[in-house]
Amino acid sequence: MKILFFGNLREQLGTGEIEVPVAPGTNNIAELLEDLKQRGPEWQQALSAGSLLYAVNQTMATRDTLLEDSDEVALFPPVTGG
Amino acid sequence: MITIAVQAADFDTGQEIRQLQADRTDVGGIAIFTGQVRDTGDKPLGFMHLEHYPGMTEASLQQTAEQAAQRWALIDIRIVHRIGDLLPGDQIVFVGVSSIHREAAFNACEFIMDHLKTHAPFWKKEYYRDGSTQWVEAKQTDQQRNARWDQHN
Repeated sequence: MKILFFGNLREQLGTGEIEVPVAPGTNNIAELLEDLKQRGPEWQQALSAGSLLYAVNQTMATRDTLLEDSDEVALFPPVTGG
Repeated sequence: MITIAVQAADFDTGQEIRQLQADRTDVGGIAIFTGQVRDTGDKPLGFMHLEHYPGMTEASLQQTAEQAAQRWALIDIRIVHRIGDLLPGDQIVFVGVSSIHREAAFNACEFIMDHLKTHAPFWKKEYYRDGSTQWVEAKQTDQQRNARWDQHN
C-alpha cells in the first residue's frame, strides 16, 4: 500500500511516501495508524495528533474507512490553502 | 462551465475576468476574489511555500465548484490556485463566478473561498527573513465561516 504524507507531518516523519504491505488484520485507517505508530517514537507522536486528516484514493476518509492493498492513502494536517 | 487550474505561474486577473465575460450576452454579473501573500506577522516574511497533493487538489477544487453550481444559478466558475514559492504581495488564488444576477455570483464566490480554505489539500509554510520557518496553522474561524453555509440552506 502506498502511503503519502504532507505538510508538517511529512517533515516530522522525514518522508513523503512509503510503500508498506498491509499487515493481516489491518482493515481500516484506525488500524493502519496503530501499525504505523510502531515504527518509532516520532511516528507515535506525529500520528497521535487529534487534528490528523486522512484521504483514501484522493478522497477524504474517516478512521472507519476500509482499506485494500491497492489503495493510495494520504495522511496530513488540516489544510491551509486559499 | 467549470475551469480549474493549479499552477506555479502567476495569473492575469484581467484575463481571467475576460474569460468569464467571453462572448456571452447572458452574463449579468461577475464576482471575483483574489487572495495574496501578506506580510503582517511579528517577523518579516521572506517568502511562503505552498505545498499540495497533486491530483487530489484538482479533484477537491472541482467538487467545491460543483457544489456551488448545484446551489446557485451560475454560468461559469474559474478557480486558479498557485503552488510553490511566493513572495509577499504575490497573488495566491483567483475565484471568479459569472451569473445572470449579482446575488448568486456574490454568494457562490464567497462559498467557494470558504469551502476551498477548509477542504483543498494545500499547506503553507512561511520562511522568515531571519532564517526561521513556521507552518501556517489552520484557523478555527475558517471552519466557522464554512459551517455557516450548512446552516442557511
